Amino acid sequence: MVDTQRTLLLGNLACVQGAIYAGMRFYAGYPITPSTEVAEGCARELPKIGGRFIQMEDEIASIAAVVGASVSGLKAMTATSGPGFSLMQENLGYAYITETPCVVVNVQRGGPSTGLPTKVSQSDTMQARWGTHGDYTAIAVAPSTVGDTVTETIRAFNLSERFRTPVVVLMDEVIGHQRELVSLPKPGEHQVINRVQPAVPPEDFEPFGLTANYVSPMAAYGSGYRNVATGLTHDTMGFATNRPDEIKVKLDKLRTKIMDYQSEITKLRVEMMDDAAIAFVCYGSVSRAALLAVALARRAGVKVGLVQLYTIWPFPDNKLRDYCGQAKRIIVPELNMGQLVHEVARVMPPDTEIHSLQRYDGEILTPMQLLEKLEEVM
Amino acid sequence: MATVEKSQDTDKQKSDVILNYLRPKKIFPSVWCAGCGNGVVMSALIRAIDRLGYSKDEVALVSGIGCTSRLPIYLDFSALHTTHGRALAFATGVKFAQPHMKVIVITGDGDCLAIGGNHFIHACRRNMDITAILINNHIYGMTGGQGSPTTPSAAFSTTTPYGNVEKHFEPCDLAQAAGASFVARTTAYHTPQMEKTIMAAIEHRGFSLVEVISNCHTYYGRLNRLGDAVSMLRMFKENSVTTAKAKNLSPEEMEGKYVIGTLYEDDKTEFCDEYQKVVDAHMEGK
Amino acid sequence: MTEPKAAKPATEKKGKSKYDYSDGPPALNINLKWCKACNICIALCPTQVFEPDSDGKPFLARQEDCTQCTICWTHCPDFAITSNYK
Repeated sequence: MVDTQRTLLLGNLACVQGAIYAGMRFYAGYPITPSTEVAEGCARELPKIGGRFIQMEDEIASIAAVVGASVSGLKAMTATSGPGFSLMQENLGYAYITETPCVVVNVQRGGPSTGLPTKVSQSDTMQARWGTHGDYTAIAVAPSTVGDTVTETIRAFNLSERFRTPVVVLMDEVIGHQRELVSLPKPGEHQVINRVQPAVPPEDFEPFGLTANYVSPMAAYGSGYRNVATGLTHDTMGFATNRPDEIKVKLDKLRTKIMDYQSEITKLRVEMMDDAAIAFVCYGSVSRAALLAVALARRAGVKVGLVQLYTIWPFPDNKLRDYCGQAKRIIVPELNMGQLVHEVARVMPPDTEIHSLQRYDGEILTPMQLLEKLEEVM
Repeated sequence: MATVEKSQDTDKQKSDVILNYLRPKKIFPSVWCAGCGNGVVMSALIRAIDRLGYSKDEVALVSGIGCTSRLPIYLDFSALHTTHGRALAFATGVKFAQPHMKVIVITGDGDCLAIGGNHFIHACRRNMDITAILINNHIYGMTGGQGSPTTPSAAFSTTTPYGNVEKHFEPCDLAQAAGASFVARTTAYHTPQMEKTIMAAIEHRGFSLVEVISNCHTYYGRLNRLGDAVSMLRMFKENSVTTAKAKNLSPEEMEGKYVIGTLYEDDKTEFCDEYQKVVDAHMEGK
Repeated sequence: MTEPKAAKPATEKKGKSKYDYSDGPPALNINLKWCKACNICIALCPTQVFEPDSDGKPFLARQEDCTQCTICWTHCPDFAITSNYK
């Protein structure tokens, strides 16, 4: 029986498929290499399912329209790369403080500035966590294959709806522009999560009220709940406040709602770590090179393992310590000048050797380069 | 401090209708200065929406940052108070996602024409059915009186302490050139006209701009010796010329005057309508 | 309400009211908690119905001169005036 859902799919278009599966019906974006195919895919697909696509005048307007659409009740997404991601930061902060679900895909390229539009990097990893000003907690996920891109995009939407927060999908140019054979998920195969609706009448409803899990219900426009959303730090009614106690409550809520529920957010792939003395901790497209490097090294008798992070932020402190506990040496291969390696160093015991394998010349780390580093470290 | 109160009178009063539209649990009076034109516009906006008969759930107010942008939170409609200059972009998302809603943007001269200039141009160009009420007080009020793109040449502000060397925009000209299909101007003095103009702008199917010349007597008025709220309102009255009268006046006679009324109107196709045609043509399973 | 200044004599009318006030003049209600004493209603009223009190807030000195023009409550930025006409 031929699997008719199996298709040769471009990474960027896999992202579109995942988003549509998860219920995305609004896309606003701006063309930027190497993400443009996400926009073009949505422009083609959304009218077919009664969705809405609009090309805005810049990335700032794109994320604004996405947030506006989401506040009004639709699941919304945009895709961009480094320069556009930088432009989006202010309105992303607005989405963080107003607790508006949305998905922002960053198909990373070389930076800084215009950098390398058609070459790969992972140099926005830290920016996905700290890009906008102020105190907030971010969720970012990273696929490593075209197939992953479908499932991680679905997961990104689910996390954004569950936690009422923006979620960044950290793709990169290699995944975005790669074609692989993929089985698209069937309806019902993956859970689709929607934002919780209010259970009390409008006159009793607090738009940012503290609930048991710190995530407030969110009503759509026109439903009778005429909510107010503001970027000013606000109280549980959404009114701007200068009171220290109310400010603390709001900012604590933004952190606690995510950090206390990491078990629902953390996702790792662990290979051969049970007896590993050395570990690769990797994410994104580098994971594929790492998988092959680990397989080859194991054949040669080296006790090496791999932990691939699908959830980059919040960084999985405890899980990483659990899995890498007995590894005395850790290699963090990244397509940047060392970003995630600092998080690994932060959480591992002080006597662990942390090695940063950096490639930032626009090319991907090869399995051979990882093996060479492994030899050097051994 | 007072919260929303009904009038003392027991009879249902027409002017009381305003009080029905104030946001429950919000503290009144507003943060605006005594006599601020923003309050006058808010009053006219409520009366316009009430006259048009829209339910509160059908209306969404979107604003940016500034004194003017504080308006939406005072009213019992869906309110989106966004980032500086970006109200029109957020509003585009709201309207396009929920085309059945009436989306009204409340913005100021700095918010809309400086940082928001690009979004203003494209909102006009797209001709999406959004109404933008641009309350132009020729200054940045919230931050203490700096010059804005509509501060007249030679006028004083805290960042033009020796007189403004720049020239100013005419937002109505800009809107028309960029493709807006309804452009009107009124002032905070002309409240009956303001109410009717806002009604016409909301009812117009396409992008509507209503520029309201308004008084910031606290900064613009004080720095340029224009007096208090009353004297600025009287100044607006003296310096306003209707479109009909303006046709017969020479450029010299028109110097320093505002033309008020509907300045431009056409029936260009509207964005959401055009996109809906695309959806209708390509939607699967029909 | 605070003590008003001396009211003008009732005979000095600025304009003739077109309404029948046999049931008493129209009620103009002023919410002093919301009024910020901006002076707009006092200054713009064409028949000088208001006088400023010691706080600068409007006092109904000549309610019977009200012509229901609506200028006061349509110009009030703080919804502090309501009326039972129109």
